[in-house]
Amino acid sequence: MKRLVYMDHAATTPTSTEVLNEMLPYFTEKFGNPSSVYSIGRETKSAIEKAREQVAKVLNADTNEIFFTGGGSEADNWALKGVAMANAGKGKHIITTSIEHHAILHVCEYLEKNGYKVTYLPVDKDGLISIDELKNAVTDETILVSVMFANNEIGTIQNIAEIGKLCREKKVYFHTDAVQAVGNVPIDVKEMNIDLLSLSAHKFYGPKGVGALYIRKGVKIQQLIHGGGQEKSRRAGTENVPGIIGLGKAIEIACLDIQGHAERLIKLRNKLIEGLIEKIPHTRLNGHFEKRLPGNVNVCFEFIEGESLLLLLDEMGICASSGSACSSGSLDPSHVLLAIGLSHEIAHGSLRLSLGEATTDEDIDYILDVLPKIVERLRNMSPLYEEYLKKGGAVNV
Amino acid sequence: MYSDKVMDHFMNPRNVGEIENADGVGTVGNAKCGDIMKIYLKVEDDVIKDAKFKTFGCGAAVASSSMATELIIGKTLDDAWNISNKAVIEALEGLPPVKVHCSVLAEDAIHEAINDYRVKKGLEPIHVEHKDLHGCEEE
Ligand code: FES
Repeated sequence: MKRLVYMDHAATTPTSTEVLNEMLPYFTEKFGNPSSVYSIGRETKSAIEKAREQVAKVLNADTNEIFFTGGGSEADNWALKGVAMANAGKGKHIITTSIEHHAILHVCEYLEKNGYKVTYLPVDKDGLISIDELKNAVTDETILVSVMFANNEIGTIQNIAEIGKLCREKKVYFHTDAVQAVGNVPIDVKEMNIDLLSLSAHKFYGPKGVGALYIRKGVKIQQLIHGGGQEKSRRAGTENVPGIIGLGKAIEIACLDIQGHAERLIKLRNKLIEGLIEKIPHTRLNGHFEKRLPGNVNVCFEFIEGESLLLLLDEMGICASSGSACSSGSLDPSHVLLAIGLSHEIAHGSLRLSLGEATTDEDIDYILDVLPKIVERLRNMSPLYEEYLKKGGAVNV
Repeated sequence: MYSDKVMDHFMNPRNVGEIENADGVGTVGNAKCGDIMKIYLKVEDDVIKDAKFKTFGCGAAVASSSMATELIIGKTLDDAWNISNKAVIEALEGLPPVKVHCSVLAEDAIHEAINDYRVKKGLEPIHVEHKDLHGCEEE
């Protein structure tokens, strides 16, 4: 059988068996609508409340501050549009960063078209924003700062507590898209002064299509989905009961031993990073060396293009991802890689390997064996590499 | 997303490499867009005796260059000139729409290489309209 090495946990994770088993009865025998008054309805209602507690506990929030959504993108949309609409009277200025997920950036573009002003903070070469720049960007008109907890591509973790402190001092709301962070790094919304936080279940071994938005008590926000009275009339629609149960269980498991989980991944991650840099010349690590997600490896191999790399890796059973334009069908390589200052040429040769629960030491050895050969094969086919060799190593790539 | 034929030409590309003292060389695309294709020709009596390529680009770009070189070997320069990107796509049994420009690159590279040969022979290069399907400004 072909070996399968799944190295794309930042894209999605499999739903764990424990989580699935918890969900299963809610499709069949425990199928009641939580809004119904009879007992099978009340039963699902209380199961949802248990899941809410599980989420609240992990974030150090109160249960009535957790609202279930249809995923991370919905949570992001709700946070931005909801706060923007409810606070338009105070001001119409939002601050975010240039490396956010499209679920934030595209909402910001939408808001700009509707009369809001958005400041996109730049990041340094490691992907970090400057707290001073953030401070200077805040005006009397600013209503919201939205900075992602950890970047989905390069894994850089922002100084969230500092950002939260500043926002609290300046009296502006602070939202963080924590879709990549939850389950991987400890989060305390109170200590970090976070007002709103988005998360998504399928990034920590829960099901797809379910997420949550933490909304601190007192935050003025408008609802995104109008309809019935679910989620305290703030998010209408019959609850995705099995999904919510799965989210609750998954977050509980993920955060049981978050430290131990992180330490194990960091060891494997560092072995992979060091191995790649040692074995493959002209390799650079993207993102911060230490302030990065435990399972994130993002590198660029000069002179080659990412989609070709992904196809050859797939042939060897390795699932990975790239910020190359060619793999996305758009014309520009990843906005994140460009924002950290990489040239288009280099960004085309990027590779993201994201480790997870199932990743073993043998997987890393396997990748370190296979990948150098693949890179060499593509370089031998690359006119850029040919040019580089002819010029004795002086090509400007 | 790729046909079996595309995958075959990507996994086992034909005619990869360089030709020393090639009679014609054509390079198109630019690194900024993520695609560069270079085609080398060996010509005898107006017939392409050999062709080789080097490509920096996606799976479709590699497969297109591989197929293009296959299609032109053994052809007269005139016949090779008339091989369009459509012919390359057909031979590859299709390309996804977003990847059509990769096959255009192959057509352009052949034209560049033939014109390079013509110039070296003291002939006028044939004028070509460059279709910029990459949406990228040439540097
Ligand atoms: S080379 Fe970039 S899409 Fe084909």
